[in-house]
Amino acid sequence: MGLTGRNSREAQRKAAMAVLAHSEAGDIAGHLAAIAVPAHENLREPENGLVMVRGRIGGDGAPFNLGEATVSRAAVRLATGEIGFGYVLGRDRQKAQMIALCDAMVQSMELSGEVETKVIGPLREAMIADRSRKAAEAAATRVDFYTMVRGEG
Amino acid sequence: MYVAVKGGERAIENAHRLLAHERRGDRDVPELSLAQIAEQLSLGVDRVMTEGSLYDRELAALAIKQARGDLIEAIFLVRAFRATLPRFGATEPVNTGEMQVRRRISSTFKDIPGGQILGPTFDYTHRLLDPQLADGFVPERPATSEATQQATPRVTDILGRDGLIEPSPEADADAPVGDLTREPLSFPADRDLRLQNLARADEGFLLALGYSSQRGYGRNHPFAGEIRFGDVEVEFYAEDAGFAVPLGSIALTECQMVNQFKGSATEAPCFTRGYGLAFGQSERKTMSMALVDRSLRARELGEEVIAPAQDEEFVMSHSDNVQATGFVEHLKLPHYVDFQSELGLLRKLRQEFAEANEAPDMQEAAE
Repeated sequence: MGLTGRNSREAQRKAAMAVLAHSEAGDIAGHLAAIAVPAHENLREPENGLVMVRGRIGGDGAPFNLGEATVSRAAVRLATGEIGFGYVLGRDRQKAQMIALCDAMVQSMELSGEVETKVIGPLREAMIADRSRKAAEAAATRVDFYTMVRGEG
Repeated sequence: MYVAVKGGERAIENAHRLLAHERRGDRDVPELSLAQIAEQLSLGVDRVMTEGSLYDRELAALAIKQARGDLIEAIFLVRAFRATLPRFGATEPVNTGEMQVRRRISSTFKDIPGGQILGPTFDYTHRLLDPQLADGFVPERPATSEATQQATPRVTDILGRDGLIEPSPEADADAPVGDLTREPLSFPADRDLRLQNLARADEGFLLALGYSSQRGYGRNHPFAGEIRFGDVEVEFYAEDAGFAVPLGSIALTECQMVNQFKGSATEAPCFTRGYGLAFGQSERKTMSMALVDRSLRARELGEEVIAPAQDEEFVMSHSDNVQATGFVEHLKLPHYVDFQSELGLLRKLRQEFAEANEAPDMQEAAE
């Protein structure tokens, strides 16, 4: 696979991971129930830990340590060889496990179409709807300045 | 010195049992759920996450419940919890310029690209107690209007394009990012360490220091260039995956203070800046943080250090409320032996004083 191929594959995996990370664990499980989950084994048992969240001085300058966040992670390998990784904020190990499983399926020629249509796609729609709702609520609080005309033109 | 005091076990056990009872309060009143705390006392949760230095809403809610609403005690609990988990590493620095903005205001420019978005704010409320809220109030659904696709660049980026404001300090690829949870503080401290310290610092302490700088204890004449609150994506470079994986988003508040200009024979005058960043919706905290960040740059900007808010050793050594409460509250632990030795010394001094004052009288009598 060329560099471009790897980059686009990576971009696809990242996009799927982002959707899954934003979704509720219960919703992921609900959609996963609609597909036949392939045989797999755990490469890394799901576990909890921390990451140090970094900001940048002035928003765009040198990095600094802001504070930590809880995370969960897991890794699985399908019987067909694909290795998937799950990393997500919070302490829900089950969620990290499901993300790892989906990441492995996204890489599988046979399964990537199905996991996109039945899991990632619907979750992406829900995520976009949620963001649009928040954006619309914020937009309603946007100030429209107008100038009071005083005196006679 | 402390001495192990035996004999208090039963009393301690019963005191904790009484505490649990008092925490629950009247058992005829429904118990608070963590979801209720996380959803309805969300700014308290944000403060506990920020000063506890751990982003996890559910844990912060649990800490508030366990601490009976004592936020400093809750922060203490969260700090203790974080020591129980391994750290996988550090995230990629977050990009606040790409925040999904829920609030964004500037007091310097009326017409900023992306607009002034008030969001959920106490500003412009009348601060009158609302009896409606006492019981069963159901608020209206929020108003909506069409969101523009317009980007919301940081105000400091706009000023920066014309060189009117100093640029942010650039990353030094060779210098590791300072981490005060790993190395003890030493002075002088660089700005990355100072900002980490301020981010975890007690909001009340920073508020008072920031206020003092505005009132003239140290020169500080700022404008709130921008305050923004919203969701920011977090990515973590995962060694095993071999790329930066998305972890989800966190809510952050950012404050950019724009301060008086400086210049020199070789540099044109430009605005300087102070920066604040915190978990959740923490506006007062980030504003105070930005004021104190700017004050603490006195040494770097060649300003005279004359006020507490400019003294990094003073600020950084006293800003942490877990350390502060530990040292203040340790005074209530048994100090019986210390006190006995002071008592003994005092008795001896008083006796010497009495003998010294009796002596002249006796001399007079003799004459």
